[in-house]
Amino acid sequence: MGINLPILWTIIIAFGLMMYVVMDGFDLGIGILFPFIRDRHDRDTMVNTVAPVWDGNETWLVLGGAGLFAAFPLAYSVLLSALYLPLVLMLVGLICRGVSFEFRFKADEAHRRFWDVAFAAGSYVATFSQGVALGAFINGFHVTGPSYQGGALDCLTPFSLFTGVGLLVAYALLGSTWLIIKTEGALQHRMIVLARPITVALLVGIGIVSLWTPLAHPQIASRWFSFPNIIFFAPVPLLTLATTLGILYALRRDPHAVPFGLALFLLFLGYSGLAISLFPNIIPPSVSLWDAAAPPQSMGFTLVGALFIIPIVLAYTAWSYHVFRGKVRAGEGYH
Amino acid sequence: MFGLTALQLARIQFGFTVSFHIIFPAITIGLASYLVVLEALWLWKKNPVFRELRHFWAQIFAINFAMGVVSGIVMAYQFGTNWSYFSNYAGGVVGPLLTYEVLSAFFLEAGFLGVMLFGWNRVGPGLHFFATLMVAAGTLISATWILASNSWMQTPQGYAIVGGRIVPVDWLKVIFNPSFPYRLVHMTLAAYLATALFVGAAGAWHLLKGRDTPAVRTMFSMAMWMLLIVAPIQIEAGDQHGLNTLKYQPAKVAAIEGHWLNAPGQSVPLILFGWPDMQDARTLDEVDVPHLGSLILTHSWNGPIPGLDDFPPADRPDSTVIFWTFRVMVGLGFLMALLGFVGLWLRWRGEIYRARPFLYFAVAMGPAGLVAIVAGWITTEIGRQPWVVYNVMRTADAVSNHSVVELSISLVLFIVLYFAVFGTGVGYMLKLVAKGPSGAPEAEPGQFPRPARPLSGAPDANPLPHGEG
Ligand code: HDD
Ligand code: HEM
Ligand code: HEM
Repeated sequence: MGINLPILWTIIIAFGLMMYVVMDGFDLGIGILFPFIRDRHDRDTMVNTVAPVWDGNETWLVLGGAGLFAAFPLAYSVLLSALYLPLVLMLVGLICRGVSFEFRFKADEAHRRFWDVAFAAGSYVATFSQGVALGAFINGFHVTGPSYQGGALDCLTPFSLFTGVGLLVAYALLGSTWLIIKTEGALQHRMIVLARPITVALLVGIGIVSLWTPLAHPQIASRWFSFPNIIFFAPVPLLTLATTLGILYALRRDPHAVPFGLALFLLFLGYSGLAISLFPNIIPPSVSLWDAAAPPQSMGFTLVGALFIIPIVLAYTAWSYHVFRGKVRAGEGYH
Repeated sequence: MFGLTALQLARIQFGFTVSFHIIFPAITIGLASYLVVLEALWLWKKNPVFRELRHFWAQIFAINFAMGVVSGIVMAYQFGTNWSYFSNYAGGVVGPLLTYEVLSAFFLEAGFLGVMLFGWNRVGPGLHFFATLMVAAGTLISATWILASNSWMQTPQGYAIVGGRIVPVDWLKVIFNPSFPYRLVHMTLAAYLATALFVGAAGAWHLLKGRDTPAVRTMFSMAMWMLLIVAPIQIEAGDQHGLNTLKYQPAKVAAIEGHWLNAPGQSVPLILFGWPDMQDARTLDEVDVPHLGSLILTHSWNGPIPGLDDFPPADRPDSTVIFWTFRVMVGLGFLMALLGFVGLWLRWRGEIYRARPFLYFAVAMGPAGLVAIVAGWITTEIGRQPWVVYNVMRTADAVSNHSVVELSISLVLFIVLYFAVFGTGVGYMLKLVAKGPSGAPEAEPGQFPRPARPLSGAPDANPLPHGEG
């Protein structure tokens, strides 16, 4: 067989989720930073830096879900029902913050505070739930045939709660470094100050997850620490360390886009670490890509569209970011 | 909860969330096209009234769109969380259709939305118009894919069952399944009608309040023309849709008509009102018109149609519900046409902006389109029961194995959240509508007005100073 459809689809879905983490990560991060910024105009500026693009960012999440549905229906159905609790909470969070973009400007003074709280709380809940889902995913699921056998609360473990907090920190880093690019003056300065402890916290978090995972899962330990893998994979932790130091260094010297770029790279490294640990399982610990794959007719049909349309989507997304480039000033927003 | 089974709770949850969702897309689809028309008219005629209207409806569109998006994301995940056996069994067909919708429609809408709402002075008028056009195209493409998917579940074809799951064999047959063209036309027209009624009610309301500006007149007049043309087409389209359903889902039509038994050689009456009783298998207290049922559905004086008695009780959809939801939809459809015709008559007499009873009628009909849409979907979906994929998979086999407790909690959560959030949002929308078009903003011809509010061009309680740049 010419092309390996399940592998291609894994790459596409992984790319979609990566795009989601990268793009919605910084706009969720803005909600996470809300409690640290009290001034109303600063908050408006923060929201205005993402207002024209947040919907597109969130669409990558929908693509991840739909792509999984199309290419790996078994994984879609098992994972989503196993992760029922965090996903419902994530949706609740996304609803609260999604509408707040519009509502906080349309509400009168009395309601405004409420939508600020909804925006921040929604961002926290959505991010934390995504992190819990991620942790539960790494932990794996008890599956027989096409059905999930565990209970609703199985996804809540110390590890998954920890990854929930970890993701909050990660998105906060993306949010603060994004705002360093998009804002100036006091607000920008505040973000530079905030970004430092967040970076350190993230490094610690990554360290803990990297130890915890192989300790809890011998399979993953042998993947990383057996020879010759250890040589191939060694760059991942080393680069992680170097990148973190790079962010801290850049934050010291009138930073612009560098911290954000490095933060993205950091997330990418974490992501590839995850891929190394779990491949080729799509429902860890036992169901592989090939077990869960849709019929080739479904994968092939959708692949044509994906390969053709995704580049176009990327092009006009880039154009839209280009239209709204530059600093956002207080009280100004987009005009 | 209330003695409901997990299956019933999952169905209520899906029905509740999707019924809320469809309200927003209906207005999104209609308003997006309306904004294209307004912006085109403005570019062409340079009449500031069109710019003012475009500006006004764009603010309302922005709120509505946000609610459409967040309620839609819930839908996309619910297939997996609540209907996992369905997703696994039919994912090979439904998944790719949804993916195409994301790729070709959702990204298009979202990608150009920013420029359409906030890009007034950042791009030229031509590019801005293009962005608006892309958003509108996105909404229609979205409707096409999701209706292909839903229609396939109603009238499946082009598939085979291999290894315990559905495998698509012929994609053209899957997409262009027998009920798809009818459903696409019917739903698109429904979205346009619902929007026309909404816009018309806003216009009528301002006219009643004595705010008789050119902008208010223009939007009211446009809405009434739209109704006049589209409502009769919709009635014809609905009739054709019914004939198609009779062919492919006769049990649904029997339930819609409350029709149980064909006595040999006798015609089918049209039951106007009555109470279909699923236990007794008959329709109580019926008021009917002899022969009319045969006439409408078979175009002959005595033509028989299958009755519910022809189907085993386990395969009968709930006639009590859909008998009524169908009549609500059709009744409202005729009222819409009536509104259009009365409008034409008053226009001809030169009284369309002044006839108060007529204006009250238009205000009252404001929500009618949305009510008809929800009623129509309930008819369609409950009429498909007990199947989730018609004659292929039963709803009872589709549901995830969550416990009653989990489903009850999440259902209550959704209900509270939806009413609080979307209720407030609709409140904000209506408040904006009540403010009305605000008089022509300052901007030179060829340039779009600077929105008073940076975020979405909406006037807010305390506008910030205009920035430069
Ligand atoms: C007739 C049209 C229609 C119908 C039947 C549905 N939708 Fe919808 N949906 C739209 C028309 C639409 C739209 C016009 O494209 C929306 C509305 C507002 C918006 O932002 O896009 C949308 C938004 C929307 C979104 C958010 C898109 C984004 O991120 O931008 C999702 C994920 C869904 N829908 C999914 C669904 C699912 C799973 C449905 C079925 C159960 C469904 N929709 C029924
Ligand atoms: C947006 C318009 C839609 C509305 C208003 C709508 C309405 C409903 C309602 C009221 C139910 C509950 C039926 C019951 O409890 O008996 C339902 C069920 C369902 N619908 Fe739809 N529906 C819509 C679109 C769709 C689409 C596009 C799909 C598929 C792609 C779909 C798939 C389903 C499924 C899987 C169920 C659950 C199984 C069932 O109870 O039938 N629906 N829908
Ligand atoms: C007045 C004449 C009308 C007739 C005869 C009619 C007929 C029908 C029929 C037979 C169905 C069910 C099709 C099926 O499930 O297979 C249906 C569904 C539906 N109707 Fe109507 N209809 C009419 C008016 C309207 C109006 C005015 C609206 C809304 C503004 C509307 C909105 C809908 C919707 C949203 C559905 C569900 C989607 C679909 O199946 O197409 N209808 N209609």
